[in-house]
Amino acid sequence: MSAPVLRLEALSKRYGGLVVTDNVSLDIMPGELHAIIGPNGAGKTTLINEISGLVSADGGRILFEGQDITDTPAHARAAAGLARCFQITSVLPTFSARDNVALAAQARDGSSFRFFRPAAAEEALNARALAAIEEVGLGARAHLPAGQLSHGEKRALELAIALALEPKMLLLDEPMAGTGHDETAMLSGVLRRLKGRFPILLIEHDMSVVFSLADRVSVMVYGRILASGAPEAIRTDPKVVAAYLGEEAG
Amino acid sequence: MSLLLLIVQTLNGLQFGVLLFLIAAGLTLVFGVMDFINLAHGVQYMLGAYFAVMFYALTGSFVLALLLALGASLVFGLALEFTIFRKLYERDHLEQVIATFGIILFLNEGVKVAFGASPLSLPVPEALSGSVVLMPGLLYPVWRIVIIAAGLAVAAILYVLVGWTRVGMLVRAGASNARMVSALGVDIRRLFMLVFGFGTMLAGFAGIMIAPLLSVQPGMGDTVLILAFVVIVIGGIGSIRGAFIAALLIGLVDTLGRSFAVDILRLVMAPSPARTVGPAIASMLIYLLMALVLYVRPAGLFPAKGRG
Amino acid sequence: MSPTALQTEAAARAPAWRGRLLPFVLFGLLAVAPPLAGQGGGYVLTLLEQVMIFAIAALGLDLIVGFGGLVSFGHAAFIGLGAYAAGILAFHGLGDTALALPAAILLSASFAAATGLICLRTRGVYFIMITLAFGQMAFFTASSLAPYGGDDGLTLRMRSPVFGFDLFGNERIFYYATFVAALGIYLFCRAAIASRFGRVLRGAKENPTRMTALGYEVFRYQLAAYVISGAIGGVAGFFIANATNFVSPAYMSWQRSGELIVMLVLGGIGTLDGAVLGAAAYILLSEYLSQLTEHWAMIFGPLLVAVVMFARGGLIGAFRRIGWRA
Repeated sequence: MSAPVLRLEALSKRYGGLVVTDNVSLDIMPGELHAIIGPNGAGKTTLINEISGLVSADGGRILFEGQDITDTPAHARAAAGLARCFQITSVLPTFSARDNVALAAQARDGSSFRFFRPAAAEEALNARALAAIEEVGLGARAHLPAGQLSHGEKRALELAIALALEPKMLLLDEPMAGTGHDETAMLSGVLRRLKGRFPILLIEHDMSVVFSLADRVSVMVYGRILASGAPEAIRTDPKVVAAYLGEEAG
Repeated sequence: MSLLLLIVQTLNGLQFGVLLFLIAAGLTLVFGVMDFINLAHGVQYMLGAYFAVMFYALTGSFVLALLLALGASLVFGLALEFTIFRKLYERDHLEQVIATFGIILFLNEGVKVAFGASPLSLPVPEALSGSVVLMPGLLYPVWRIVIIAAGLAVAAILYVLVGWTRVGMLVRAGASNARMVSALGVDIRRLFMLVFGFGTMLAGFAGIMIAPLLSVQPGMGDTVLILAFVVIVIGGIGSIRGAFIAALLIGLVDTLGRSFAVDILRLVMAPSPARTVGPAIASMLIYLLMALVLYVRPAGLFPAKGRG
Repeated sequence: MSPTALQTEAAARAPAWRGRLLPFVLFGLLAVAPPLAGQGGGYVLTLLEQVMIFAIAALGLDLIVGFGGLVSFGHAAFIGLGAYAAGILAFHGLGDTALALPAAILLSASFAAATGLICLRTRGVYFIMITLAFGQMAFFTASSLAPYGGDDGLTLRMRSPVFGFDLFGNERIFYYATFVAALGIYLFCRAAIASRFGRVLRGAKENPTRMTALGYEVFRYQLAAYVISGAIGGVAGFFIANATNFVSPAYMSWQRSGELIVMLVLGGIGTLDGAVLGAAAYILLSEYLSQLTEHWAMIFGPLLVAVVMFARGGLIGAFRRIGWRA
């Protein structure tokens, strides 16, 4: 049995009296697409923030590829291959879509303490950027400032940026948030193609996406993992239905 | 270093602190509630002093001069707010800095044109001039005590106003989240004008009170402005309580530091270097204090909730 | 998207030599000024030297303010430190350019590194205040240096010799030395903002969280930019000490820091050309106005207010709106 790429051990976080992450333990295996579902306010985004390092946990450990990264700063985790997409779109609006992604490629391509050659002319970076952009279907819009893209296109751009980082694991925080039907289908297609390349931890509310893509599903309620397992098992688990799916699934 | 000197300088420090509070209170409210950096607050202080001199020359009565100057400060401040500042609330801080810097330039030169460049003075009111015996051997000017008392009174009034009245509650709410207050149906423009006018009056009041002690001259607001900003940064932007504590702290540190820096340094080094290094360190003390506070508490000592 | 943000992006993307008229005009005029000014043109040359020196300082400031989003209100300290390095060395007979210029750069850069470590932990108005505080500390330290003139400042007997030769005594040679420095720094800044480093810095200004998520340690890049900016200020300091044969704490006052920011805003923040244009506009305008009336501040003050309220993006912004391909 192979070792987990990401291991969370008894992770916990509280804000004053409010427990946001309650003793969460989870293993993400190589190549798996693991979805986390749960009602709003369950602490899913906080969990992603703790894993990526934007928020520091109060207790527990995080191991990435066997290394303890609990105290590693966020930028170092990203540099180690832990890429993430944000729930609220976080791109560089005045940079073109291509340059947004090129910056990600640049981060993986040696030192950025270079002062003399224009970065926008570096063909290697541009090529990698355009490849990632094509992969998410944004090829035609690559030269527009990111701020001018539609909401769904921006979500796709977030994904392209994460891909250009050549991640060893991808953390996706509601990539389909606010996207229309076509865009959701397109993004799902991209995720399906990416499956298996590297482990993906996916937070999503769209149940059809979750159950069609995920290898395993965990349900998070009030900061705790309520249940974890194969999609079908979760769908029919009485605890889960009572706590969450009862209102959603038919 | 005698005990007498220590007491005198402590009182001087309190007086300076109270003065800084009067200026910083308006500044922190305006910054806290409207998110507006007002570099021209220093010239409000200067104008208060000039108005007092002018009205005294006209009426011969200090009390009348005080009241008229307060009124003039308020009117002038509101005029500035109405014509220029309210258009800048939505702009970024840098643009506010430049615009208010332009107003400083204009008014510093303006008072030179209107009143001449030489320093002017305002006599202390008869009944309050002279000194009082606080302790055997310790004479202290009555006017300075008046300033301390006035400042503490204003602090008390502000405490009651901000903490116990409806308007005060709106101001505190606005300091935390102005948009929300507006969304709740409060006429935010009137609230802003009220806050601004009040702050302006406080700065003018400080100028009027200090005029008998200092010479009234163009540019007198500049140094005080920087100190006021240091006060509100240390105290926490938007917090009256923070401004009060920080102002007293700075007044004491600065005054006592300047008086005793050389003596304190003499404890650890030879007299000659102490005499060179002492004054330099004394001038820097409050900045070192600010750097230290920001290092430990990056949002100041008492940031208005929702800001830090 | 604000006009300034678009300006910055456009400025970063366009290479220095294509379709950009303004820098050629500016530097061209500066280059031909000495022969045009002729024999009696000493006053004009002195004025233009001031323009170039403050352009150097403003360019350094634009790197961190315009492209880094770090509003420093203590930048004059770097100029002053550079000037004092040159002045103090000259006082002790060690004032050769070969020593004084690197010393000026080193002193300013070190101060930037030390203070940057602390300042860059803060954001927004706190950053403005703490840079101001450090600027004031430098000012007070310089004022207390009694052996070097204290408050009154220090006069230099002559300009810095160059490898032993008194070249800078010749006004034209000094002028062109200043010109080369200004042009060189302009070209460096142009390259830097379009480079990998510049791209990271600009990205950090727009969205530091995103940059961290990409793996960039934003603090390091901002510190590097701050140090470079300080070093450039040191160069300006060396030249101002030589231009005026005088070194004074006033070079480091907060009013001077404010003037530098005014120059940027006048010209157009985040455009680099704006830094040069703004320095020229500020110095030439204040000189012209002060000839008109001693109360020139009463015209200049409202002008600043008007620029902020009506001319967003400064002169460069105005040019772009009219459609000039600046």
